[in-house]
Amino acid sequence: MADSIVSAASVIAAGIAVGLAAIGPGIGQGNAAGQAVEGIARQPEAEDKIRGTLLLSLAFMEALTIYGLVVALSLIFANPFSS
Amino acid sequence: MTSNLYLDYNPTISTLPLADLEVGKHFYWEIFGYSLHGQVFIVSWLVIGLILSASVLATITLNQVPRNNWQNIMEIVVEYVQGIAKNQMGSNFGEWVPFVGTLFLFILISNWLGALVPWKLIHLPEGELAAPTNDINTTISLALATSITYFYAGLKKKGFSYFKKYFQPTPVLLPINILEDFTKPLSLSFRLFGNILADELTVSVLTLLVPILIPLPIMILGLFASSIQALIFATLAAAYIGESVEGHH
Repeated sequence: MADSIVSAASVIAAGIAVGLAAIGPGIGQGNAAGQAVEGIARQPEAEDKIRGTLLLSLAFMEALTIYGLVVALSLIFANPFSS
Repeated sequence: MTSNLYLDYNPTISTLPLADLEVGKHFYWEIFGYSLHGQVFIVSWLVIGLILSASVLATITLNQVPRNNWQNIMEIVVEYVQGIAKNQMGSNFGEWVPFVGTLFLFILISNWLGALVPWKLIHLPEGELAAPTNDINTTISLALATSITYFYAGLKKKGFSYFKKYFQPTPVLLPINILEDFTKPLSLSFRLFGNILADELTVSVLTLLVPILIPLPIMILGLFASSIQALIFATLAAAYIGESVEGHH
């Protein structure tokens, strides 16, 4: 009985972890991409440099979601509380 | 409620023989009472062998004007890696090119090997061969090597005055400056591990649902993302080393 409650709580928590962790980086990536497009529109000759920097910073933001994903995965596959 | 740490709660979901979804199953080697994840070692040795043989092939007949194709290719690689180090460290980057380059090449080759080679065809008693970087032990050891290296770089350059940087803007920030030394390897290792594992899981889940054609775009995205992750790891390592060499004076 206790185990099924733990499983249910873990699954819900895993879903919430990824969902919440996706909000902030989503907003941030949108902002960054928008600004990059603006920058390219203003200075098309700087496109290569802007693209490189954009990809690097997008990957940094992506990492924040990935932290949520790691928590979710460890809740599902390596749950410390399931017996 | 009993709480045993890391019990083997490993569900294996399976519909087709080529589309098993396994997480947390390992091919254990018992050596001197320690259990090692064998599949990580096998693929790591393969990666090391590949990089070594490419380097040996490139340097076996060195010419001023390269006549050997391997020398051409590896010169491009070396220049790229030097570019990464140079961008982050400015002048006197030369000393750290080998470290940064090793990180970049090892991570890149292991990510791509894990994604491109059909490891499912090789059967292990338990677990399966995959990219070494989807095991957290690999990424943590790479991140700790980076930590040790930037401490070594700073101490070698400045001696004990290296520790002045902890008091740098104001002594009030001392706890945060110390905490930074712990969050750096943590974020480095988790970023790489999470990205690679996430790629492989997405592909596995999609393969579970639709076994052909549909996972292909995600696989290509995974190849792109894993090369970016290798670049980021190397760039950050170079930036940390550069930071501790330059200082905030």
